[in-house]
Amino acid sequence: MSDGTAGSLAVRVEPWTAAAAELGLEPEGRVNIGWHASDRHVALGRGAHKALLWEDFQGRERSYDFAALARLSSTFAAYFSGLGLGAGDRVCLFLDRVPELYFGFLGVLKLGAIVQPLFSAFGEDSLHTRLEDAGTAAVVTQRKHLAKVRALRDRLPRLRHVVVIDAGGLALRAGELALDLERLAPVEDFPVAATGAETPSVLHYTSGTTGQPKGVQHVHGSLPGQYLTAKVALDLRPDDVYWCNADPGWVTGTSYGIIGPWANGVTQVVLDSGFSAERWYRFLEKHRVTVWYSAPTAIRLLMREGAELARQFDLGALRHLASVGEPLNPEAVVWSRETFGRPFHDTYWQTETGCIVITNRPGLPIKAGSMGQPFPGITATVVDPHGFEPVDRPGRIGLIALRPDWPARMRGYWGRQEAFDARFRNGWYLTGDRASIDADGYFWFVGRDDDVINTGGHLVGPFEIESALLEHPAVAESAAVAKPDPMMMEVVKAFVVLKPGFSPSADLELEVMNLLRKRLSPLAMPQEIEFTPSLPKTRSGKIVRRVLRAQEWDEPLGDVSTLMDE
Amino acid sequence: MDELQKMILDYVRREYLEEEDDREIGLDTPLITGGIVDSFSMVSLKRFLERKCEIQIPDAQATPAAFDSVRSIAGLVERIRGPVAV
Repeated sequence: MSDGTAGSLAVRVEPWTAAAAELGLEPEGRVNIGWHASDRHVALGRGAHKALLWEDFQGRERSYDFAALARLSSTFAAYFSGLGLGAGDRVCLFLDRVPELYFGFLGVLKLGAIVQPLFSAFGEDSLHTRLEDAGTAAVVTQRKHLAKVRALRDRLPRLRHVVVIDAGGLALRAGELALDLERLAPVEDFPVAATGAETPSVLHYTSGTTGQPKGVQHVHGSLPGQYLTAKVALDLRPDDVYWCNADPGWVTGTSYGIIGPWANGVTQVVLDSGFSAERWYRFLEKHRVTVWYSAPTAIRLLMREGAELARQFDLGALRHLASVGEPLNPEAVVWSRETFGRPFHDTYWQTETGCIVITNRPGLPIKAGSMGQPFPGITATVVDPHGFEPVDRPGRIGLIALRPDWPARMRGYWGRQEAFDARFRNGWYLTGDRASIDADGYFWFVGRDDDVINTGGHLVGPFEIESALLEHPAVAESAAVAKPDPMMMEVVKAFVVLKPGFSPSADLELEVMNLLRKRLSPLAMPQEIEFTPSLPKTRSGKIVRRVLRAQEWDEPLGDVSTLMDE
Repeated sequence: MDELQKMILDYVRREYLEEEDDREIGLDTPLITGGIVDSFSMVSLKRFLERKCEIQIPDAQATPAAFDSVRSIAGLVERIRGPVAV
């Protein structure tokens, strides 16, 4: 049936119910992501099928089948249980992409606790904000990240345990525990928590324009969403070898780097290494990767290295390519067709949506530069930003809005009901992104509707950066905005007003950059700092970032009548 | 190890390793692929080199491959400025 909404598909199907049935879920029954991603495959007789093939930057490999994944995640669950952790406790995984991250993730979920993965490059301030807000009970980390956790310990009274997975020989302090997975007695049959569809599962933090980052709360009932979109939009089949470039510190790395592919019983390969075009191609060739989920920034970095390099490798196993994080530029689609013999398919979604919601799914003709069409089961449109009604004609720009009725949608912002409620208007979930819909029902991304900076596919909030800038003794006030960048789409640019007695200099610029890199993260470090005598403000004294942003993007300044005179 | 390499090595150790991070960094340690310096942090490293060595490193030459070890970074600096004393 047609629901008459601009941009939605003409035929509305209910794919989530069918997906739930494929997963063996019963209405109102139990569902546990940890069990479904591991033990279920053992129960189905696929325990010997490879689940994870991990490789580090030195080429060292470790391989685990689904039986091992089930056992090791249960071992983690039992270990956490032994620490007194249980239902609802927040357990943070502050780890590089090591195998323990994957076992720990499923183990926390089997326990019925809430898993809080955090990007291991986060600095002290970013880490503190997120651990304090979540009231995290335990952090699992590595010795190379331990100093950052130790520095915060006194300020986190609710943090009971710090677990170090590679502590061997290190002198640990009170409340710190060494976990050597190889020495733990393996647990084959952990009593998986009786979680239901609305039981909290994963807590990811995301940035907004105002205030500190918010915890996006997901539930175990998201599973059909991640399962079906991984199966259809990423075209995953049981015998695929799949590589997702994303770090599980971000939602792509959990929804499509853990949950979706393993719910489908697919072999995942993980490369714990920084970027190198040659290294990546060699990895794709060596493991005969068939499905590759990457990001526009990475694709552009590969493009910069040239197609010739790619042609030195046998990438013939590649069957399907997809991309996420920021709009995929048409040149990247054309380049991948020429270089890999197949295009990258753009997918659109957010931390809050939990799964892909608009996409160039296989079989749908690609319009290069378009986000594609709503995934079956998703009602998506573009609404005008005032009345929140769907736009009345193709090409009109508005806010991307979704009917909040799919299983993987967020259930709340941690402890912030008001912020959560503000995302809904007129029965629509507002994504905060602007787009238009063409006459064929394809969505075309325009930009953010707020001051959030999308750098290399990661959202960075200006408030967090500006707060950290104020920690520098020379900084009086500041504003952080997005600046266009050919590789990262956007990078952070900071405008800084210095206190009396301080002068702009290259040394000071570098000092401030390094301060933010270490306290927040490399993503949040301004790639450029402009020292300025003043910032544009309203007459009430509020800094107006949009004027600075418009300057960077060479766009009209808009209404400046309310700004304070210089 | 020459003066330039030593200066870069000292800076990388000081700025990019945490207190408890006991990894040894040498001239050929992979910095980018090894996860010590990421593609975002390359900008501050580039800025440091430009300021300290009084050069301009073209963006096209500031690639992950060129920044993947202290030796390759020093080589890049040498090519741009010529082999003069630090």
